[in-house]
Amino acid sequence: MTSFMPPADRIWWKVPVGRQEIIWIAIALVWCLILFFMMPYWHIYGKQNLSNEAYQTTPAKFGAKVQAMIDQYKVGEEAGIPIVKPPAGSDVYLLGRLWQWYPILDLEKDKTYRLHLSSMDWQHGFSLQPININIQVVPGYEMVITVTPDQAGEYGIVCNEYCGIGHHTMVGKLYVKE
Amino acid sequence: MAQFRTCPDTGLYFHKSAESLIKANAVVGAVFLLVAGILALLVTLTRWQAIHLLPADQFYMALTAHGIDALIFWIIFFEMAVLYVASSVLLRCRLATPYWGWVQFALMMVGSVMTNVAIFQGGSSVMMTSYVPMQAAPHFYLGLILFAVGALIGCFVFFGTLVVAKDEKTYEGSVPLVTFGAITAAIIAVFTIASGAIILVPTFLWSIGYISHIDAEMYRIIWWGLGHSSQQINVAAHVSIWYLIAGLVFGARPMSEKVSRAAFLLYIFFLQLASAHHILVDPGVSSEWKVFNTSYAMYLAVLASMIHGLTVPGSIEVAQRAKGLTNGMFEWLRKAPWDNPVFSGMFISLITFGFIGGITGVVMGTEQINLIIHNTIYVPAHFHATVVTGTTLAFMAITYFLIPVLFRRQMILPGLAKIQPYLFGGGMSILILFMLGAGTMGVSRRHWDMDFTGAALGFDYPGIAYTMMGIGAFGGVIGVLGGAAFLLVTVGSLLFGKKLEPSAGLLQSFGVPLAASCYSSTKPEILPMAPPLEHHDTTSFEAPGTFVLALLLLVSFVVYYFINWKYLASVWPLS
Ligand code: HEM
Ligand SMILES: [Cu+2]
Ligand SMILES: [Cu+2]
Repeated sequence: MTSFMPPADRIWWKVPVGRQEIIWIAIALVWCLILFFMMPYWHIYGKQNLSNEAYQTTPAKFGAKVQAMIDQYKVGEEAGIPIVKPPAGSDVYLLGRLWQWYPILDLEKDKTYRLHLSSMDWQHGFSLQPININIQVVPGYEMVITVTPDQAGEYGIVCNEYCGIGHHTMVGKLYVKE
Repeated sequence: MAQFRTCPDTGLYFHKSAESLIKANAVVGAVFLLVAGILALLVTLTRWQAIHLLPADQFYMALTAHGIDALIFWIIFFEMAVLYVASSVLLRCRLATPYWGWVQFALMMVGSVMTNVAIFQGGSSVMMTSYVPMQAAPHFYLGLILFAVGALIGCFVFFGTLVVAKDEKTYEGSVPLVTFGAITAAIIAVFTIASGAIILVPTFLWSIGYISHIDAEMYRIIWWGLGHSSQQINVAAHVSIWYLIAGLVFGARPMSEKVSRAAFLLYIFFLQLASAHHILVDPGVSSEWKVFNTSYAMYLAVLASMIHGLTVPGSIEVAQRAKGLTNGMFEWLRKAPWDNPVFSGMFISLITFGFIGGITGVVMGTEQINLIIHNTIYVPAHFHATVVTGTTLAFMAITYFLIPVLFRRQMILPGLAKIQPYLFGGGMSILILFMLGAGTMGVSRRHWDMDFTGAALGFDYPGIAYTMMGIGAFGGVIGVLGGAAFLLVTVGSLLFGKKLEPSAGLLQSFGVPLAASCYSSTKPEILPMAPPLEHHDTTSFEAPGTFVLALLLLVSFVVYYFINWKYLASVWPLS
């Protein structure tokens, strides 16, 4: 009734609140605080966190870095795309463009790499499958993530940000070897 | 002189100009729901890989139009009607500046048609988010801008009406809770539209060549100030409708005015900051900023929703118990009018919004967990639980109430109306649950082909992902049938329902006034305060059944939340 009529008490803000609501609010508030503290907790004790490291860049600058890595560490080619095997611990570069992920990275299991991601044109979505790690790739920004692949295998990189008519053909590859 | 009529069944007062505007906005909203529903069918049948209906270009065009027509045009047209109901009708007040009300309507019409034209001309398949630097035709953005200006005007007509009501003393005491909720929605709307203007105006100028560059990350951050906050408008609007329906169907009164209103205030204070949860895996945004914005702020808003989650069903339980349905924990719920679509729609909306939409939203809005969910089909699954089974179903439920009251038509096909909320809510829940599952397997959203036909390098999703997408799409088809049933019943009633006195037809939806005889220029009686409550024992558990339901929600929430952390812990270490 009062939901669509003015409150029965003129000074409704002075009407005491029932015990049931107070208990629920207290429980919910505690839960909300747990929800909140889980995030800083994970930053300290968890292993899956994104770095804050990112730089402004241009397609030309980023493309040059990718090319330099390919020139130095190319070990093969697959479907016309170079496969590179940079040394463990190094900086590795991956670019997204209409409609490919370039190049194919060949990494060593349990070694750590600094993965640089950027786009040459529109926005793309780095979606590493089947492990299911998803990162937004934005033109003009170079994001750096330190990754330690701890499972060997052949991974697909699906583009999961809509990038035009060829979006579904934008699939890359990444190898992790023992 | 302002003209009013009374509804003989409910005693509600309708100001003539407000009435026409409410009808016009609601009917046009329903037309966009129809368009969006047809597109939903095409989209769903394409994502069902075994059927794969549309070619890629048409799929992206249909998906762009589906998102915009449903989430923006259907919802906001209907919300304009809600604002006018919550101000003019509930406060028994004449609508301030009806002329500007029609400007609102006209601008929103022109804008929504313009954007649709742009989309179906083919050059603007950029999705609802229209992320730069992908570019749409200029009139795509212009349409959205005009639409937003219209909506802004609607908000000001609403505020103006509140001022008039206060001035002319049309009600005693404070505004009703439902109106308070609508005020929340309108305040958030003003903020939202401001963000929208900040980003869409430059984007429009860029599309016609006046601005050379728009930073893609800045676009995302500001666009989500529009995109996310507008979802808070929806939440505030449909929570208000839950309270309204609880009052209309059960005569329920809020358990505590103070608590419910404070919860609405929390929405205003905190929800807008939560646009961060769309950019949790973006470059150039610091973790501190993400954590603060996605959580601190958001969890107090989550708190607000958890409060409404208790007080809405709680108020129903209290009202039912007062009527003698006191056996056990749940007699009040078992004996609720489950065959009244006004109630069943509202209750399914409450449950799916809380249990599915709310929980998944918090989980994927957690900074680190977003890594395993961002841009997968899990995301649309989540927001179909919030804006479809939540907001849309609540709007459908209140429409069943409005057909006889506002349009003065008897509902046709009552049997179909009875099952419609179950059909729609059930079908959509299947779609939602299975798309959540497929998203967990990594299937992406906005993606034409999970087989990656024509890709140089391939990837194979597990067979179970295909099965989930198939079952989900099947649920989607049922959902579309449920949506069609809604439109059949409501539009059919407007056209063919038995006229009730005084009666209006479809033409009145577009401003043609009712026969003058049923209106008079006598001012409605002042809206009295609700009758006082005899006794109010603050120490007793007035709604134990609801408390059990709330604890059930909490347990599901906790379990599901930590399952996702566990899943996250299994992926590669990242730092
Ligand atoms: C009637 C039943 C409906 C069905 C079966 C349905 C189905 C779908 C599906 C399968 C997608 C996602 C596809 C993808 O990302 O690949 C989608 C996207 C979407 N839907 Fe619905 N939908 C329905 C109703 C609605 C309603 C009522 C709303 C809004 C109130 C809505 C809002 C959206 C939005 C905003 C998107 C995202 C578009 C984008 O990614 O830009 N849908 N829908
Ligand atoms: Cu892409
Ligand atoms: Cu893409």
